[in-house]
Amino acid sequence: MSFYAFYILAGLAILFSLLMVSAKNPVHCILYLICTFFTIAGQFILLNAQFLAAVHIIVYAGAIMVLFLFVLMLLNVGRETALLRKSIPGRIAGTITAGLLLITLLGAFRGSMELPQGNAHDTQIGTVEKLGKVLFTDFVVPFEIAGILFMAAMVGAMLTSKRDLKL
Amino acid sequence: MIDVVQRVPIEHYVWLSAILFSIGVLGVLLRRNAIIVLMCIELMLNAVNLLLAAFSTYMADPAGQIMVFFSMVVAAAEAAVGMGLIVMIYRNTKSTDISLLDNLKN
Repeated sequence: MSFYAFYILAGLAILFSLLMVSAKNPVHCILYLICTFFTIAGQFILLNAQFLAAVHIIVYAGAIMVLFLFVLMLLNVGRETALLRKSIPGRIAGTITAGLLLITLLGAFRGSMELPQGNAHDTQIGTVEKLGKVLFTDFVVPFEIAGILFMAAMVGAMLTSKRDLKL
Repeated sequence: MIDVVQRVPIEHYVWLSAILFSIGVLGVLLRRNAIIVLMCIELMLNAVNLLLAAFSTYMADPAGQIMVFFSMVVAAAEAAVGMGLIVMIYRNTKSTDISLLDNLKN
């Protein structure tokens, strides 16, 4: 019966993301986005990707969203900034663009390819042991490059947010 | 959780990811606060991550989940640099409204 959980989590994810887009207060936006991330972590658990679910909660809800919240409170951006774009045609154009993108994506996926059906699946591929073996054998070079990327991102973030930057 | 893989067709994951991605695009196009625009980009990245994990599980291939891991790494780096840029923008314009950033327009 756990497949009902997929539909419940999917509905909650769509609901919370719509609330996130429409919330007036930026802090509420962040809280709704954290709720969306938790529903997506639930989807990972349903997909037997336990490692991804744990990392998702730690990285997104624990690190990235706290960073957003800190910056929001540091800059003290409250309710006073206007919610949406000023021009009404701009809003209508944005909504139509997003809707057309959704229709295009759904239409492109519909019957255009052979989608895999979950017959020959292995419930153990999402464990830390399996993923660790793959990560440190087949993907060890991208793993090291990710470390360099983090280093560069850290230096870049410090440099850009420094007060009096002299190059 | 073997039940989910056998009874939910992968098309439903595709639909869910497409809807979440479009909501993210809607937020990027409609909102004016730069922090919220960055959050909507995170939502779009998450929609793609979910689809990668779903295909990985349905095809019994762990490489997809490693890709999700790397995309999380890139998302974290992007959020850190983006936040630094937003702090710098705020320091120059005293606002995080993206419609003020039109210096290149004229």
